[in-house]
Amino acid sequence: MRYVDEAVVEKRMKSRVRNNSILKFIFLLSTLFGLIVLAVLLVRVFSQGIAWLDWDFITGRLSTDPARAGIMGAILGTSWLMLVVIPVTLFIGVGTAIYLELYAKPGRFQNFIATNISNLAGVPSIVYGLLGLTIFVRALDFGNVVLAGGLTLSLLVLPIVIVAAQESIRAVPNFLSEASYGMGATKWQTVKKIILPAALPGILTGSILALSRAIGETAPLTVIGIPALLIPFPGGLFDTFTALPMQIYYWTLDASLVAEYAYLAAATIIVLLVLLFLLNSVAIFIRNKFQQRY
Amino acid sequence: MAGNSDTNKNAVNVREMIAEKKKKKSLSNYTEKFIPTFLLLIASISLLTTVGIIITLFTEAIEFFKRVPVWEFFTGTVLKPMSQNPEFGVLPLINGTLISTFIAMLVAGPIGIMSAIYLSEYASDRVRRVLKPLLEILAGIPTIVYGFFAFTFVTPLIRSIFPEVGATNILSPGLVMGVMIIPMIASLSEDAMSSVPNSMREGAFALGATKLETTFKVVIPAALSGIISSFVLGISRAIGETMIVTIASGSSKNFTFDITQSMQTMTAYIVEVSSGDAPAGSTIYYSLYAVAATLFIFTLLMNILARYLSRKFREEY
Repeated sequence: MRYVDEAVVEKRMKSRVRNNSILKFIFLLSTLFGLIVLAVLLVRVFSQGIAWLDWDFITGRLSTDPARAGIMGAILGTSWLMLVVIPVTLFIGVGTAIYLELYAKPGRFQNFIATNISNLAGVPSIVYGLLGLTIFVRALDFGNVVLAGGLTLSLLVLPIVIVAAQESIRAVPNFLSEASYGMGATKWQTVKKIILPAALPGILTGSILALSRAIGETAPLTVIGIPALLIPFPGGLFDTFTALPMQIYYWTLDASLVAEYAYLAAATIIVLLVLLFLLNSVAIFIRNKFQQRY
Repeated sequence: MAGNSDTNKNAVNVREMIAEKKKKKSLSNYTEKFIPTFLLLIASISLLTTVGIIITLFTEAIEFFKRVPVWEFFTGTVLKPMSQNPEFGVLPLINGTLISTFIAMLVAGPIGIMSAIYLSEYASDRVRRVLKPLLEILAGIPTIVYGFFAFTFVTPLIRSIFPEVGATNILSPGLVMGVMIIPMIASLSEDAMSSVPNSMREGAFALGATKLETTFKVVIPAALSGIISSFVLGISRAIGETMIVTIASGSSKNFTFDITQSMQTMTAYIVEVSSGDAPAGSTIYYSLYAVAATLFIFTLLMNILARYLSRKFREEY
């Protein structure tokens, strides 16, 4: 008795192979679908905004008159936010990662903190906004200033920095620290002079990616209460401010009142996207240039 | 004489060096003891954040429930916070959130998983190395930009085909949100599929299966836990998404299932009320925290479920 009837196999083979190629094509199309939407989005934003994007727009002050409006205030506000977010997240993020990877005894407490961090990463950004509103703006009475916004965004992206730092510390090979201990170095000396320098490129890459997440974030800032009014340029941590995404938000909302505001929003988006592109390029550059493989 | 003073000098030097060394050592001993405590303090900031979120949300939400009964809040279909006789039923917001999430997952689910199949099973190494980073750009675009895109491009596009669709509606932000979530589902599912060992694929090929049959009968079942948990994470992301729906779905608080109409999500309600200068201490101010606590519980449950699924049903090879 034959277990396989070759005639039947032959007959079905053709349609099986055909299904395979058809579905392969569909899979390819759906992969391209996302990219096509991305292309449409970029083309749309650039074609609307590029005509409005000139030096006066970048260096100008906010104005209700679309022809005179500029975004210097928003650029400065975003820069001030970055000046808060970078040191705060690096300090807390790297400190937490060193503790979890090198000092904490493996066990319940370490698992608890790790679970906690992954839960924090899943909390919607708007909830962080309410946390910032309640604690920084109201309880500590900062008001809706740069420091309150920056600290809120720092808490938001902290899980990203912690996880990136943990991974790069874990990737430092054991023989480096063992050699250091062998030379009589103490634990902290080893951490400071051997492990951290070796992990630095990875930490920086992760932090820059977290930073670019932070400066694109709008929801927490809307909750903290960034005024839509014309305010003076921020000059310090305790000044009120506006930021690039907030400006995009207000202009998009008001586009139904003044049609030109949509173009201003598009031009601001271009500035924001270029900034994000530069940050990401720096991150990729650092990763390719300084990341050592052992 | 001169030589003698030299040795004396040397002797003193050595003694000094030892003393110096000892001093340094005690200092570094001090640091060694101090550092772990200091790092522990830093690490507990992340715990403090969680505690802070829970305390702020729930103390203020309890204040809200003293004024509005819990039962009324969770079963009420009318949300009129600004009116003379305010009513606080959260169902319209939950409804808006679930509908926008559902639309987003209709887009992101199938397209995300098909992209994952292509990248993991069909694409050559070179193609994958080009496509994957490009797809990840989608995930890096700020949500406010998607909101702008939904409001100024997708909505007018839909309205030019179906004129009965409102200027603000839940359909367009739902679709755009779906596009935003594609890379997340694609890359998490691809990770799950790539970790299925090649020997299993080769076994199927040796039995004469085509690539498609191998994918559906061997690879996907083996990677199922990872794929489902990527879906759950996508849902959680869609529930928490704020700016796209705030801009493109308007602020109508109607309890409806008509996706051509404006609906408000929980997140959009928080933005509307908090940017509308709700006076601290008013019921409407406390309602922010009740809604946020509901949102927090929703996403927390989703994240816990995702972690549980990927741990419980993971097959180890």
